[in-house]
Amino acid sequence: MTGLRLFLAMIVLALIGALPVMAGDGLLPTIPKARGEKCVEDAAFMRRNHMQVLKHHRDETMHQGIRTTAHSLNGCLNCHAVDGADGKPVTVANEKHFCKSCHTYAAVSPDCFQCHSSTPGPDMPDQKASR
Amino acid sequence: MTEGGEVMSEHCSSSPAPARDGVPVGADTGVDASRRAFVAATATAVAAVTLAPGVMLIGGAEAKPADQPASAKVRWGLLVDVSKCDAGCSACVDACREEQGWHGHGRPASDPQWIRKVDLKDLSTGRKLSLPVMCQHCTSPPCTDVCPTGASFKRADGIVLVDRHICIGCRYCMMACPYKARSFVHEETVGQKPHMPRGMGCVEACTLCVHRVDNDRLPACVERCGEAGTGAMLFGNLNDPESEIAKRVATYATTQIRPDLGLKPGVHYQGL
Repeated sequence: MTGLRLFLAMIVLALIGALPVMAGDGLLPTIPKARGEKCVEDAAFMRRNHMQVLKHHRDETMHQGIRTTAHSLNGCLNCHAVDGADGKPVTVANEKHFCKSCHTYAAVSPDCFQCHSSTPGPDMPDQKASR
Repeated sequence: MTEGGEVMSEHCSSSPAPARDGVPVGADTGVDASRRAFVAATATAVAAVTLAPGVMLIGGAEAKPADQPASAKVRWGLLVDVSKCDAGCSACVDACREEQGWHGHGRPASDPQWIRKVDLKDLSTGRKLSLPVMCQHCTSPPCTDVCPTGASFKRADGIVLVDRHICIGCRYCMMACPYKARSFVHEETVGQKPHMPRGMGCVEACTLCVHRVDNDRLPACVERCGEAGTGAMLFGNLNDPESEIAKRVATYATTQIRPDLGLKPGVHYQGL
């Protein structure tokens, strides 16, 4: 029995050790590192709920004019921008794009970027300064 | 106002009888429905004016905090001084294109057009006018009345918008708008401005630069008209009696385009 447990533990350890290799092989998504220090919410929460967060904020902004930056799509894009070979942030057409990297893996096609810019823009001028 | 107007006259043909001058108010005989509505609207306007001095709706030009919703105490509006507007000037249109990222594709009949310059000539007197026409941000917008999905809506502060997340591109609002203010995006779009998402299959129009207004800035057209144009445009809160626009509207004779339609636009014109 102890032998079996040890065997299973070794398999698990071997798999964990192999994770970076699997990511490189395309078995797991390669998630680009963000520019900021930490996400606006807990990473585990964001992994599961980012679309709900975005949708909630989208409706508040569109219909009520609430323009806080923490949950805005532009806020995400500004922090999660990935530079391409030319040193400029890549668009969603590039597989390295933060959103694209994971959504390709998960086989979902959000249509945000049919209208929204997929690259970070200059921050809204004086969003905080005028308050 | 629209007599002899070459461009605006197309709207006149589909309208009910316009409000006629020279008929004594209160005459009972021969009063048609549109005149009744006109008289009623005038009475309402007079009542609103008499109420206004006693009511302090909002003090100063306080910026809206980013986490607060737009308030119905504010009524954003524009005042265009047509006597200052120059026929050769398109500063407002250029500013709008640059700010919002829309442009033509060489197909004038279907190209996006959030704001356009309209040149008019009164055929009876020869008087020439030039004025910008954009979404008039009606108090009773017909576009929101007909929208089957609720994508067309009016914000609490009077700004009329299209929510592209729920617009299905049916273009009913474009047909309902008497100002021809809305456009349809026929082409796939790339390189949108981060503050102004726009894409194929949705209707769009002037947003009164809501992204700037919410950040306590002037709409791009008004800003450019002051810097590079003729200073013919004024933006402000019509509900604030202390605002420049409210004072101008209270002091000078201004009108809206087709006031007889009863839509009560937020865009006022002086000298039209």
